[in-house]
Amino acid sequence: MSAREEILRRIDGIVPARPAADVAADYARIDRDYARRHHADGVLDLFADRVAHYRATVLRAAEAELPRVVAERLAARPGTHGAPGDLPDAWLAEVTSGLVRDPAVADLDGLAGAVTGCAAAIAETGTIVLDHGPGQGTRALSLVPDYHLIIVRAAQVAPDVPEALERLDPSRPLTMVSGPSATSDIELSRVEGVHGPRTLEVVIAE
Amino acid sequence: MPAFPDAAREAVADTRLRGNLAHATGTIRERRAAAVAELDDWDALRESGKQIKDHVLANLGHYLRRLEEKVTEAGGTVHWARDAAEANRIVADLVKATGESEVVKVKSMATQETGLNEALAEEGIAAYETDLAELIVQLGHDRPSHILVPAIHRNRSDIRDIFRREMPDAPEGLTDAPADLAEAARRHLRAKFLSAKVAVSGVNFAVADTGTLVVLESEGNGRMCLTLPETLISVMGVEKIVPSMRDLEVFLQLLPRSSTAERMNPYTSTWTGVHPGDGPRDFHLVLLDNGRTETLADEVGRQALRCIRCSACLNVCPVYERAGGHAYGSPYPGPIGAILSPQIRGIGSDVDASLPYASSLCGACFEACPVAIDIPEVLVHLRARAVEDGPRHPVERAAMTAAGWTLRSPARLALAQRLASASRRIVAPRGRIRRLPGPLNAWTETRDAPAPPAESFRAWWARTDGGRTEPRAPEDGTDDGTDGRTEEGQ
Ligand code: SF4
Repeated sequence: MSAREEILRRIDGIVPARPAADVAADYARIDRDYARRHHADGVLDLFADRVAHYRATVLRAAEAELPRVVAERLAARPGTHGAPGDLPDAWLAEVTSGLVRDPAVADLDGLAGAVTGCAAAIAETGTIVLDHGPGQGTRALSLVPDYHLIIVRAAQVAPDVPEALERLDPSRPLTMVSGPSATSDIELSRVEGVHGPRTLEVVIAE
Repeated sequence: MPAFPDAAREAVADTRLRGNLAHATGTIRERRAAAVAELDDWDALRESGKQIKDHVLANLGHYLRRLEEKVTEAGGTVHWARDAAEANRIVADLVKATGESEVVKVKSMATQETGLNEALAEEGIAAYETDLAELIVQLGHDRPSHILVPAIHRNRSDIRDIFRREMPDAPEGLTDAPADLAEAARRHLRAKFLSAKVAVSGVNFAVADTGTLVVLESEGNGRMCLTLPETLISVMGVEKIVPSMRDLEVFLQLLPRSSTAERMNPYTSTWTGVHPGDGPRDFHLVLLDNGRTETLADEVGRQALRCIRCSACLNVCPVYERAGGHAYGSPYPGPIGAILSPQIRGIGSDVDASLPYASSLCGACFEACPVAIDIPEVLVHLRARAVEDGPRHPVERAAMTAAGWTLRSPARLALAQRLASASRRIVAPRGRIRRLPGPLNAWTETRDAPAPPAESFRAWWARTDGGRTEPRAPEDGTDDGTDGRTEEGQ
């Protein structure tokens, strides 16, 4: 008997398999009395506050100011920055420092940083979610360089975890980012900066 | 592996270890309480988390088949392993098939349980732990002592010494500042991440409906392993399933706050099979039984399979705080280890038979558990099983057998009580028994046993017609407060 058959046989012997419709009906009966959101309003302020709490830098800019802010942030970190090929040109219009679109994985470690958009954000937890679709590049792009600048559009910010998950497509790879890389491994106190980007900057475009 | 009392005695005597543990668990306890208090619907989240997990366990065959179907559809390959050896065999063969002799690893309880690193080493494959704490443990030729923070027994200067000694590329003059230590680990592992062809990971959640795997982490080493190598092999216990994406809204709130006391952990990665042009080209999922079906068969003990490995129960446990993780002789220490290890390994060894006793039953673990596992209930249940099936606890078994025999007959009970009352005159001059005879002295080595009362309750009841003729005398010779140590924590 294969391992698969044997394990399933054991399980079926203990908790017998039932028709899928019965399982689905039981699933629907699970109590979910928790809140869909914890804060009624002030979502953007909450988001900015919660992201900053992780010691990330948070900037807020009107859509029209975005090119200037992005250019300033990148100029503050000399070197070449990577960006997804499909990040809107307008966002990068004022960048004067080195910029490479869709860099090869082998070149990522030499970059000063990466700038990307995102798929959604969660105010309550100060989380930004990338699904590596348009404007976000591969998972490696926003991981290997030591600096990550993320542009979050105000409409992308969901108040809380449940609503954010509803907006996401599970078939995409998802990366949820809550502050810079950190560890609690030394005496259980949080220290920023291990393998992921040690500096995280977030621009909220309103 | 020594049984818990022996291992714990040694650990408790180590004042430095106790200091490190008390500091770390104290820190996290306070923070966790604050993180949990911030959500006014915590109890409802906890109840939903519990129900979701129970629902999965009650329909495990259904969900495993569904997960397999969805992972396969998304381009992954699913393997099944009855036990640790089979899982290790599968992983070793997969690594060999790539022609590689090195793998990078993300912290994974399942592969610690199977002893994967040692099994791979025997096949000539080097496994590099990339989580900072796991790296400290690996370089220190040590064993993990905490689920979430495997090097919790080490303080910053221990860690600096280990890095200086064992890390060939450790910077000159490395200090014990946590940021410097983290920087040293970053440099040490960067080249490995960039060149590794095969990674091995664990799994926090597997979504049956979509075939999506989820890993929560902090440092980015997980993202490196899940993203950069060409081949990814993930090992998960069969109980790690949630039915749908929607369930993550519960667990992504429960887990980070319970474990590191954060609103959200720095990085959570999900992937569904392979994603062409982004990440590994080859994905393998190993579904591990290794005693989980036996655990499922025990209707009381089954709830241990709800565990999401947050480690909150460790951090609040007075026994863990003093004894440390090594004393449990298992990759799962603390309260969860005391109920999970004997179940998945079977109560066949001294260490496993002793684990259900590694608790004061104070209940703090149950309070803290985000999926409401009633750990004290399972402990008591397993104590009974240990007495019945355990390897050899001759004194205890004899005592229990004698107790059963005595209690079944009122006449025998009355006789036993008269004998006990008589004996107190001999052994308990101050109302405490300082030393029990024979093998029972293990009990009195660290505490006094109360002496039996001068008159048993039954004898008093009979003599006074249930107290109608004479109220019960206060017991004489009770603890005068100067004599004897207490067993409970301070
Ligand atoms: S038993 Fe509960 S508290 Fe302990 S690690 Fe598991 S989920 Fe966390």
